[in-house]
Amino acid sequence: MQDWREDKTFFRATIALPVIWFLIFFVVPMAMVWAYSVGENVGPVDVEITGTFANYAKAFTPEVLKVMGDSIVLAFVTTLICLVVAFPVALAMTFADEKQKAWLLLLIMLPFWTNLLIRTYALIAVMRSSGVINTGLEGLHGLLAFAGLQMGTFEPLPLLYNKFAVVVGLVYVHLPFMVLPLYAALDRLDKSLIEASLDLGAGHLETIRRVIVPLAAPGIAAGLVITFIPALGAYLTPDLLGGPDDLMIASLIERQFKRANDWPFGAALSFILMYITLLFFAIRAFMERKGGKVGAH
Amino acid sequence: MAKKVARAPLDYLNMPAMKAWLAGVFVFLYTPLIILILFSFNDSKANVVWKGFTLKWYVKAFENTQLREALLNSLLIAGVCTIISVVLGALMAFAFWRFKFPFKGPLESGMSLPIVVPEICFGVAVLMFFAKIGFPNDLPYPFNLTQIILAHVTFAFPFVAIVVRARLESFNSELEAAALDLGATRYQAFRDVIIPHMKPGLIAGGLLAFTLSLDDFVITFFASGPGTITFPVKVYSMVRFSVTPEVNAASTIIILITVIATVLALRAQSATTKES
Repeated sequence: MQDWREDKTFFRATIALPVIWFLIFFVVPMAMVWAYSVGENVGPVDVEITGTFANYAKAFTPEVLKVMGDSIVLAFVTTLICLVVAFPVALAMTFADEKQKAWLLLLIMLPFWTNLLIRTYALIAVMRSSGVINTGLEGLHGLLAFAGLQMGTFEPLPLLYNKFAVVVGLVYVHLPFMVLPLYAALDRLDKSLIEASLDLGAGHLETIRRVIVPLAAPGIAAGLVITFIPALGAYLTPDLLGGPDDLMIASLIERQFKRANDWPFGAALSFILMYITLLFFAIRAFMERKGGKVGAH
Repeated sequence: MAKKVARAPLDYLNMPAMKAWLAGVFVFLYTPLIILILFSFNDSKANVVWKGFTLKWYVKAFENTQLREALLNSLLIAGVCTIISVVLGALMAFAFWRFKFPFKGPLESGMSLPIVVPEICFGVAVLMFFAKIGFPNDLPYPFNLTQIILAHVTFAFPFVAIVVRARLESFNSELEAAALDLGATRYQAFRDVIIPHMKPGLIAGGLLAFTLSLDDFVITFFASGPGTITFPVKVYSMVRFSVTPEVNAASTIIILITVIATVLALRAQSATTKES
């Protein structure tokens, strides 16, 4: 690494464009949102930056708090399900041979690279009342009725447009976010420790609980944050799979901009979501540093 | 090494329970996509019962001018976004890899913010930005896509920088020193020694930027002016009304493009790790 003063022109030539781009198209827009979050509507289109906290106060009304509470619960449940589902997958990947590893990684990553909208749409096709699951159940129902069972009329399961659908959709979309950091953490583990635990008579589950999980804790924490944050800010999944009562923060923000036309309030909500996000990343960075120190001793 | 017949204690992959679990996860991940692809060839509007093979939904999807236009727009945006993102990402990766300078740490964290900020927050920021600076909304095609491209590059190039930076870590600086000793200028050494080394990273990063751009709905939804449609935005409005086999067909095409791009990117990346 070279000090920038040794070669000022070259340094400037390489760093200038990315930094300027970042400032104009990221920092300036975000600063505008921040300014608006302390502004007031003074006309149909005019907003005055008055330094008020009224927009943030508005976020603490019961209706908005309900949406935020729902969002946090939905994202949290999603994250836990992802953890439970992804842990064995990551474990299997860690101890697979090179070729199997590559295949498993590809299989996990492929849906992740597939268009989010297409994946959500595919879920709708499976879960709607005339979708694959309900048609299959109807067939089964008909078969049982044909066999002489008293079945009553078939009612399609209400799989879509409720919180259940939102959680299924969020898990479906965010599972790779959990698998990858878990795998990265487990892959770095000293495998002889696990072997030692098994040799010394601990069962597999006990080894997982008392050896693997504590050692992989930083990776698990990373996975939790990396899954929770996008799930909390998800827009498309709750919008398409949820019902009218299953609003999440992102939809509420979108409404302020596209329908309600209350930009200052939307800006404040957007920054509340930003603060939550940054808080989680700060906690994670802090834990990583602490974990690193413990590991060094 | 000879293959063991009995299962080793750590060979979790061969545990029956683990196999069942993995199978369950992959069924969950892939069933919806496979059904979507299958029914794009199904000769039935209802989309549930198999009525025979047909390509008519593909024909219909291509005859749908709006859908075709949206698809072309998306590919054009992704293409331009890839080129700009690769240039910016490579410059950023190089500068951070090469130089020590004041406020480097904070700047580096700041510039990776576009990766972690929730899409919706950046989306509304972009909407507000273009509205406030009075960006013209009625530019002729293809310049009406400018806003979307600018927004996409902003969140895509930090991803490219990460991939290229990882590649640069394996660069042997003596090669550059040798080039300089042999009379190359800084820029010649950069062009002829460093860039060739970066190449797999540039390819992998570029494909990443391409898929990110092609995939994006939320930011596009806010950045696009009235009358500009991209593929995800068009599909979104179609899905709101009903599930149609046309969307299945168009989605299958996008999935195919994505799979090809992903496989190419992974190849480029595995070339990176093998050499290093």
